[in-house]
Amino acid sequence: MEELLEILKELHADVDYDTCETLVDDRIIDSFDIISIVAEVDDRLDVAIPAEEIIPENFNSAKALWALIERLEND
Amino acid sequence: MKKAKKIIIITAFVLLTFVLLWLAQRLVMPKYQKGIIEGSMIEEYYRDEAPHEVLFIGDCELYENVSTVELYEKYGISSYIRGSAQQLTWQSYFLLEDTLRYETPKVVVFNVLALKYNEPQSESYNRMSIDGMRWSSAKWENIKASMTEEESMADYLFPILRYHSRWSELKADDFKYMFKKDLVTTNGYYMRVDVKSEMDFPPAPALTDYTLGDNSMSYLKKMADLCEAKGIKLVLVKAPILYPYWYEEWDEQIVAFAQERGIDYINYIPLRDEIGLDMTQDTYDGGLHLNLAGAEKFADYMGAYLVEAADLTDYRQDAKVNALWEEKIEFYNNLRDAQLKELQEYGELRSWGMNAIED
Amino acid sequence: MLFTDYSFILFVAVVLLLYYIVPRKMQWPLLLVASYYFYYCDDWRYLIFITVTSVATWSCALIMDKIGGKGDAYLKAHKADMSKEERKAYKAQVKHKKNMVLLLSLLITIGILAVTKYTNFVINNINNFLKAGNGIRAMDIIVPTAISFYTFQAASYLIDVSRGTIKAEKNFFKMALFVSFFPQLVQGPISRFGDLSQTLYSEHKFELNGFGRGLIRIFWGYFKKLVIADRIMIAIKPMITMTDKYYGTYVFIAMLFYALELYCDFTGGIDITIGISECMGIKLKENFILPYFSKNVKEYWNRWHITMGTWFTDYIFYPLSVSPKMLKLSKWSRAHLGEKIGKRVTVYLSCFLVWLATGVWHGAAWNFVVWGLANYVVIMVSQELEPLYAKFHNKFHLKNTKGYAVFEICRTIFIMSCIRLFDCYRNVPLTFKMIASMFTKANLKVYTDGSLMQLGLTSADYTVLFIGFLIVLGVGIYKAQTKKDIRTELMKNVPLFCFVCVILIVSIVVLGAYGVGFDSTQFIYNQF
Repeated sequence: MEELLEILKELHADVDYDTCETLVDDRIIDSFDIISIVAEVDDRLDVAIPAEEIIPENFNSAKALWALIERLEND
Repeated sequence: MKKAKKIIIITAFVLLTFVLLWLAQRLVMPKYQKGIIEGSMIEEYYRDEAPHEVLFIGDCELYENVSTVELYEKYGISSYIRGSAQQLTWQSYFLLEDTLRYETPKVVVFNVLALKYNEPQSESYNRMSIDGMRWSSAKWENIKASMTEEESMADYLFPILRYHSRWSELKADDFKYMFKKDLVTTNGYYMRVDVKSEMDFPPAPALTDYTLGDNSMSYLKKMADLCEAKGIKLVLVKAPILYPYWYEEWDEQIVAFAQERGIDYINYIPLRDEIGLDMTQDTYDGGLHLNLAGAEKFADYMGAYLVEAADLTDYRQDAKVNALWEEKIEFYNNLRDAQLKELQEYGELRSWGMNAIED
Repeated sequence: MLFTDYSFILFVAVVLLLYYIVPRKMQWPLLLVASYYFYYCDDWRYLIFITVTSVATWSCALIMDKIGGKGDAYLKAHKADMSKEERKAYKAQVKHKKNMVLLLSLLITIGILAVTKYTNFVINNINNFLKAGNGIRAMDIIVPTAISFYTFQAASYLIDVSRGTIKAEKNFFKMALFVSFFPQLVQGPISRFGDLSQTLYSEHKFELNGFGRGLIRIFWGYFKKLVIADRIMIAIKPMITMTDKYYGTYVFIAMLFYALELYCDFTGGIDITIGISECMGIKLKENFILPYFSKNVKEYWNRWHITMGTWFTDYIFYPLSVSPKMLKLSKWSRAHLGEKIGKRVTVYLSCFLVWLATGVWHGAAWNFVVWGLANYVVIMVSQELEPLYAKFHNKFHLKNTKGYAVFEICRTIFIMSCIRLFDCYRNVPLTFKMIASMFTKANLKVYTDGSLMQLGLTSADYTVLFIGFLIVLGVGIYKAQTKKDIRTELMKNVPLFCFVCVILIVSIVVLGAYGVGFDSTQFIYNQF
């Protein structure tokens, strides 16, 4: 989780990732950000997020994103 | 809100929409009261209360060349010309069908010039000929037969779809004549008193094919059939006008057709002297149409034939009908006087014809 | 049939009437029949294409579903006796099988699109390249109406099924309706099966409120289309065709006119589509959210033709950018080109490909390719300029002022309209020439010397356009400011709602730029 937050903070330092649950819906992160995240997660956490998992529900909050990463890791 | 109340409100607004659209339609439809008056001719028929024993159907070669008043005054013939600009053969046929819904004349006179057109010609002439008809299967069929490629039935069912763009050019007359129009003809006769001598027409160009079209000829046959079925005497005529050309070859085909069907056909072109036409004086537009003097001479001549050919009533003896005709004669005389006055004043007509602009 | 054909209006009226007369179970089959009839009216041969696409989509999706289901069952049964690696390998195997079927189905569906729409484009280009005057003969191929839209819909369904996000539809006829649903066949939107299937096949009871909501939306669409778009098109046509005469300032005028025309035509069409569907209780995705109020081009593309944008993002941009090869490239470039540049490589590359595809999808012509790439360039440049903007805003505190917002909106409209000129002029070099002339050969006299009256519109037309524009703008501002749905507000007051409907209908009928009379109002009087 820490590492993920780091990745996210690098993108947008001014967002409160602990509480925000509408990252995609409110267009706080856009498609460019999303693929940066995917690339970073792949690079640093060694988890590949496939395209079909790129849906708003998985990227709306840091928590959801972390849940996705954990699920993919254990799969 | 209660459902019932809602439905009442909605119904009221639906009705309001139709009323507004209907009013808008009345407003934007051309009124044809001045200048181009041909669009008013077809609908005027329904307002005429007199019975008609002779019905003329055809184009300007009838409605500008035959004085219906002269026919009445001289022979007591009560007639009507159901004609409009460039009225095509099938349009004449469907107007005959339409007329038969109201009365059955003894004689129907059809001018054969229209047979040269085998296909729909012009949207604006179609509208002038058809818009004035009352709704019936005849009108529906007429539209179907007459439509050019750009037209659609919806434009006739709801003329507002055709004329809506006139909203920006509405004139006072459009409001004035929204619900009621003035008469522009006397029983279909369009009067002009001015004079412009017949010009020299260039020689008729040769055609590649002189056969009159199947389509128009088929409607002529239908016309003959319908008249036969109804016991009406059909008379084919060619008005004594040289232009547009009436080819010898066409004439032969009509002669043959008339012979085959046992119908009278009179080509008045060779009879101009006999009629007494002086084409330096009796035409208003260089020989394309007759003026009042010409139309009266032609009516005189044709009337003599009509009373001979059919057993027509002398309506001058019928007090009721005569009273109706007295009104028409008055209208006719007033119109003539007004035109003559203007002619004297300006040397040309300004409130009638090409020069007239709607108010 | 076009939206503005009388026959279309009659057709919709009949369909709506039947829709609520037939037993509710028959509602969606009725729509299928209606949709095929609609298609048949254009050209019966189109039915072959759409049926082939439907059959391929339906059958391949079922096969993929079966493969997926078998795989899942196997995994479940052998849960205990498989190692993680084995499971992974098996899953990859299943996925590979599915992908083969997906590939086949996409080859068929997108293949039809490619062959019908692009063959002649390719042939022309080969001929041009070879400079052969009579090289390969262009082929006489019919391009079925809306093929781009329904193909994309079918493709999205196939991909979703292969990903397992939706279940395959077993009923072929339901599938056929999803592909051919007639209101969408004219201008989209591109629906997803997951969204549309929720209401498309269900039974709908007639509901006055929903019906009214749909109806007023249809009227609003026709108002924008007929009163504004089709009218202003009359002035645009000469400007974009007679380029010898209309350059310089005219390009600017044409650009703004076209911006209004396209907006009113496209959103109007979508309003009609969504409105008709709403009348039947069917929900479609919104395709526009006040795009002209966007502050930058990226935002604009999130608000204009949304269903197309998300299609390209979901099915091309993401899969491309997160594919193993791209991730590898990303790693490599970051290692070799440095963090700053390396990071950008994949985004730039995927984005380039997406915009290239978007351009080609819009039409088989170089104009559209350049149009797509121009969008790409603008988006990338503004992305790169972002730090600069940040600096600027730190220095001058303008960012949250109204004036600056208006400036941003105007800037976006200008840029988008400018790019859109590629859609107007005959070819690419001409478009560049005309855009240049806008800046170099401006002749401001055009505005005052009556030249605008020579374009086929009268002052009455301009008045209508201006008032129409103000109404559209007003409705937009209301929506943006209050965040309220104007129809919901209107529905609260039934007489007002009805009144607005009446006004809309009467103005469409009277002021609409349609019909025989529109440009030939004068009766030509011949002496006969």
